[in-house]
Amino acid sequence: MAALRQIAFYGKGGIGKSTTSQNTLASMAYYFDKNIMIVGCDPKADSTRLILHEKAQNTILQLAAEMGTVEDLELEDALKPGAGIFAPDSPHGWINCTESGGPEPGVGCAGRGVITAINFLEEEGAYEEEGLDFVSYDVLGDVVCGGFAMPIREGKAQEIYIVMSGEMMAMYAANNISKGILKYANTGGVRLAGLICNARMTDFEYDLAWALARDLGTQMIHFVPRNNIVQRAEIRRMTVVEYSPKADQALEYKELARKIIHNDMKIIPTPLEMDDLEALIMKYGLEEEADEDNIGKTEAEL
Amino acid sequence: MQEIDNIVNGQKLFQRPEYKQVLENKKQFEGGMGAINPAKTAEIAEWTRSWDYREKNLAREAITVNPAKACQPLGAVMVALGFENTMPYVHGSHGCVAYFRSYFTRHFKEPTPCVSDSMTEDAAVFGGLTNMKDGLKNCAALYKPEMIAVSTTCMAEVIGDDLYAFAIAAKEEDGGEFLAEDFPITYAHTPSFTGSHITGYDNMMHGIMSQLTEGNKKEKKNGKINIIPGFETYIGSIRSVKAIVESFGAEYTMLGDHSDQWDMPAGDYSMFAGGTPIAEAKDCINAKATISLQKYATVKTMKMVKKWKHEGGLSNPIGLKGTDEFVMKLAEITGKEVPKKLKTERGRLVDAMQDSYPYMHGKKFAIWGDPDFLVGMVSFLLEMGAEPTHVLCNNPARGWEEEIRAMLDTSPACSDCHVWAGKDLWHMRSLLFTQPVDFMIGNSYGKELMRDTNIPLIYIGFPIFDRHHLHRYSISGYDGALNLLTWITNKVLDQLDEETKGIASTDYFFDLVR
Repeated sequence: MAALRQIAFYGKGGIGKSTTSQNTLASMAYYFDKNIMIVGCDPKADSTRLILHEKAQNTILQLAAEMGTVEDLELEDALKPGAGIFAPDSPHGWINCTESGGPEPGVGCAGRGVITAINFLEEEGAYEEEGLDFVSYDVLGDVVCGGFAMPIREGKAQEIYIVMSGEMMAMYAANNISKGILKYANTGGVRLAGLICNARMTDFEYDLAWALARDLGTQMIHFVPRNNIVQRAEIRRMTVVEYSPKADQALEYKELARKIIHNDMKIIPTPLEMDDLEALIMKYGLEEEADEDNIGKTEAEL
Repeated sequence: MQEIDNIVNGQKLFQRPEYKQVLENKKQFEGGMGAINPAKTAEIAEWTRSWDYREKNLAREAITVNPAKACQPLGAVMVALGFENTMPYVHGSHGCVAYFRSYFTRHFKEPTPCVSDSMTEDAAVFGGLTNMKDGLKNCAALYKPEMIAVSTTCMAEVIGDDLYAFAIAAKEEDGGEFLAEDFPITYAHTPSFTGSHITGYDNMMHGIMSQLTEGNKKEKKNGKINIIPGFETYIGSIRSVKAIVESFGAEYTMLGDHSDQWDMPAGDYSMFAGGTPIAEAKDCINAKATISLQKYATVKTMKMVKKWKHEGGLSNPIGLKGTDEFVMKLAEITGKEVPKKLKTERGRLVDAMQDSYPYMHGKKFAIWGDPDFLVGMVSFLLEMGAEPTHVLCNNPARGWEEEIRAMLDTSPACSDCHVWAGKDLWHMRSLLFTQPVDFMIGNSYGKELMRDTNIPLIYIGFPIFDRHHLHRYSISGYDGALNLLTWITNKVLDQLDEETKGIASTDYFFDLVR
């Protein structure tokens, strides 16, 4: 049996992390027969909706809160087999899903929730499941606190994929996440394994994503074009791979899945200073040569 | 007022007329119900003894009153002090550490070394890495320990500090000045808000055993036996267990032996005393067998040991049956006959048990404490024909309730014995009023129960703050069982004297010979 690989998807909120990760992981299971456990680390608990065909009903923390303590919780209550083609008896790979869950917006500490949930999975032996090839963490937003860095601690995810787009804030977030990875990479085995550009169709998006990846010392592992079929599948609570396995978009995810499976470029990132990041956007993001004098000028003034 | 040539303590001072007057004058300013309507207070107090109140009390969800347990790092600190020249280091706020130190010190009447890195507001916001870098360096420079064992408090756990990464970063920054590359900084995450002190014990023991043995596994086993005492608060118990193992002539390692640390002779204080040598601990993975004396305090640790494929397993040497099982396990592992010395000791115990049997038989007991302590104590009480009417544990682990239930079910006298898992001492109060017992066995927190219910308390457990030297004795092994027998029987006899001392009314049974 090949060694278990643990990967994590990070990225700015709303960038399409959960959609991209589920479609990619679905491709890894369907086209490449990989067995996967998805660990959703987001209080919204929507990291596994497309695999389960429903929003996860029972998150680890919700169940623990009902029972009074996480120690009374059993693994089978919180770990659900995928629906449809991802079920345990699938001729291809299977996918198991679990969600950490967490507090309502504005209260409590979601970061601690992630720590509690992952400790629970570890203690209950979720990582020792027969045939498991990949564990994937889908983590909300930035690495805003120690709790959201739990998936990249030693012994957890060793490969991080950052989902981003050509928008300024998404690139800013990607750079920030790289800073988080750098902290842990110095003392452990976690590495940045690539940027996934989930295209927004902004100007010069490909060039920008490519340049940022280069400056971070990594690769843009795939440029996922925008396609409405993703949304059509999502409305049906499905991945494109399951909804329409022959569609062009499904093949894009298949290609991304292939690249991840064979990825051998895992590096310690070199995050940019804010000024350098802005300079990069100036250089690649504007049609004409950027001019210092233009900063702060309206369109009419130019 | 105090007089300079006759200083008295609070007990006598507050009985003096001037203080009595002050306390009396103060009453008019007190808003409590006791001052306003003493009759109502008395009525409510009476109601709290009823079945009606008991049912409401047992249905209580929101709060815990007098929980009879402590938090995780307390257990972690105990583990650390069981290793030679090891400084327990708590990553978190210093108030927590003051609590652990005073808690142990009040029980053992000995100093308890332990340091903290005093995390404050800025550490909560920016993470505790800076504190840990400075703290580890200071600790190594000032106290020169051979190992530092790091545990965590609530605050460090909520913000998600990563001890593994921090320890490496601290060494890197220090560059070998105080923290050499091979200096062992062992660690365990011990969030106080989950589990109890026995969970913390388990986490730290697991941390130290797994981290120290990393890369030390050899092809051949060294033939030794590891003994893990668990959260053992009886110094004498550790010594009894050692004596039993030694009587087999077996080579062994007591993993986490704090018996000398909390029992230093006068005039001979040093920061650390005794403890498992680090070199031996590093080699514990190569032992032939490992025996844990506390099942529920070593769940995670023994899971790891199982993977090491050691012989041994679990054994709780409290009481006659418990000690027999421990002795037989050692005989099996060593392949030796049970030594004559132990057979004699056992014979003496059985003889003593027969002498006292009539007095303990049929007596009803309420008892509380840690899960393993209770397993041993219930077993012993049943051996003496006593009835453990209420067995209460606030921090039970999975399977504990069923185990105690099964033990009680073996006794024909226990048709009315109850197991209370996850309940606290305020629940116990209701139980004692509605289904009374003859005696209580527990820690100092039973003192108020004793006052409220008039049921005599036999001090056995942890912590014991208000009785001296009990922790020096053993409650394990044959000699430990003899101590238990002595304490309990004599309390039964004290009570019998108390009840029969009425001149010409009850003293027909006030006998000189019992």
